[in-house]
Amino acid sequence: MRIKEHPILGKLPEANEVTLVVDGKKIKAYEGEMISAALIASGIYTFRYTSKKKEPRGVFCAIGRCTDCVMEVNGRPNVRTCVTPVEDNMVINTQKGLGVWHGGRG
Amino acid sequence: MARGKGLTMKTELAVIGAGPAGLCAAIEAAKNGVDVTLIDENRTAGGQLFKQIHRFFGSEEHLAGIRGFEIGDMLLEDAEKYGVKVLLDTVVWGLFPDLKLGLSDGKSVTIMEAQKIVVSTGASENSLSFTGWTLPNIMGAGAAQTMVNVQRVLPGEKVLIIGSGNVGLIVAFQLLQAGAEVVAVVEALPEVRGYQVHASKIVRMGIPILTNHTITRAEGDTRVRQAEIAQIDAQFKPLAGSETILDVDLICIAVGLRPLAELCWMAGMEFEYEPQLGGFVPLHDESMQSSIDGIWVAGDVAGIEEASSAMEEGRLAGVAAAVSLDKIERKLGGESMDQARLRLRALRLGPYGDNRQESKERIIQRYYAM
Amino acid sequence: MSVNGSSLIDRTNGIITLEEIRKYNGYPSEERFSKGPVPIIECIEEIPCNPCETVCNRNLIKVGTPITNCPRLIDPDGECTGCAQCIIICPGLAVFIVDKTFSTREASISLPYEELPLPEEGESIIGIDRTGRAVCEGHIHKVLRNRKFSHTNVVTIVIPKHFADDVRHFQRRDK
Repeated sequence: MRIKEHPILGKLPEANEVTLVVDGKKIKAYEGEMISAALIASGIYTFRYTSKKKEPRGVFCAIGRCTDCVMEVNGRPNVRTCVTPVEDNMVINTQKGLGVWHGGRG
Repeated sequence: MARGKGLTMKTELAVIGAGPAGLCAAIEAAKNGVDVTLIDENRTAGGQLFKQIHRFFGSEEHLAGIRGFEIGDMLLEDAEKYGVKVLLDTVVWGLFPDLKLGLSDGKSVTIMEAQKIVVSTGASENSLSFTGWTLPNIMGAGAAQTMVNVQRVLPGEKVLIIGSGNVGLIVAFQLLQAGAEVVAVVEALPEVRGYQVHASKIVRMGIPILTNHTITRAEGDTRVRQAEIAQIDAQFKPLAGSETILDVDLICIAVGLRPLAELCWMAGMEFEYEPQLGGFVPLHDESMQSSIDGIWVAGDVAGIEEASSAMEEGRLAGVAAAVSLDKIERKLGGESMDQARLRLRALRLGPYGDNRQESKERIIQRYYAM
Repeated sequence: MSVNGSSLIDRTNGIITLEEIRKYNGYPSEERFSKGPVPIIECIEEIPCNPCETVCNRNLIKVGTPITNCPRLIDPDGECTGCAQCIIICPGLAVFIVDKTFSTREASISLPYEELPLPEEGESIIGIDRTGRAVCEGHIHKVLRNRKFSHTNVVTIVIPKHFADDVRHFQRRDK
């Protein structure tokens, strides 16, 4: 849930809407957001599944240090979604294990 | 923001990490005419300051009563005013004892030659393992704080917080401010760890703090949905029959921080294990000079404290670096450092500060005993 | 293992009690309360912190040196004007202004409020004590907001006088 009005931080500033394609489904996001924030705001919490036990993982440190939040972004796996800002028409897929490189630059 | 030609860059003072310690070091040095390059791997400077929406403690000279992000704004303004060169989105991947740094901005690699260096890389959150701990929406308390205060997204509406230190207690209140319901704070030890004012504030707001309690497991599917907590005995073993199931959709782990000192290890600094300061901390003297001549350390990397002490250590290191570069007259620099030390000492007073003061004194003793 | 603070403080549940406040800060006498508003600083640990002392323009609050001293009130003649700067500046949100002279049966409690939505003047509320328990009914008397307060609002609630030493929070009835 996006915090539109906060007692200390005030109103969420207006930002341009962008479209993300997450596992084939379009979701709305706003310029300036990190991918992880946009996904969680849309109710998506699982970002990847581990290699051996196929366990769901998501954000853990939120500052780009732990790599628990990685996903395949624009064809490139292992992209840290908590420090990567959204872009219009970004293609984001739930990563399975170490992911597959589709030749993208992320 | 000048880049050298080819693969190398030169600077008089390289400061690694643009949080409160690094910003203060850079500002003090730049004020005295040092050519400073401040490097941070993030997209914005400020370190953890911008998620600190609460007012800081201390006295007027420590900027007490001012909110963390307001202090962040003040420091960024000063950095610009004094001409600090800032390189953002730039990872320092290597720090070498000959005072060279390896930099990368994702597009190219640069070797930076610095005459002096300050390492102010901060800290990272500890974790706690329990059954189900890897489920999505189980995150560090600092992570939840970043999500609500910086990214403006509330990841969950019913929260369990593990750990009653200041981070756990402060984040509990900030999640309340963001619109969440905090179901409980559990603390394994028999006593609340953080300030009583933080604790009593959240208790009167309906958040119980359960000491002698821990989380035994978390359950869920694509995210956490339930947590089981239990009372524990003096050996930290759960007491049968005391288990309670809580409906939660966010669990925040607040069990301490440890220095992010990989670059210090890499450069070959000497360390000491100080549990009160978060683990292994690099040895330093009373001016923050590390065991490697020409490299200073400041802030959480030199021991987990708070932003106020990080700022003072940064100032100490910045002035010390400026003195060593002959940009300030030694006596004047010495006075400035003495004042910073007095302000630092004031922050390390009282029952909360005593342990940290002792640890820091030990570090300095060990430095001289090397 | 006693962690921090005076080893005599009960740290088992995070609650600061009135007894502890009386013991470590001193609590105003009923005589002092009869003179007008009184700042109550519920801060009983030795933390290096003194903005409450710095901000009072009538010098009614003393911390002194070292700055780990607990704040004490020097206000025997009832000089507090209720300006609430101490309420606003306290990083622990631990300062309240209690006025037992509000009316014959009621007292007012001014406290820091940093949540949304802000309550409305006249609204019915429930008075909450330090343990988080509902103890009485009351209403919102005043909501003070100002850009200079850096997002800390000062809410004044009015409650039956004999709860004035206990109520330090409120809940809106509609919640």
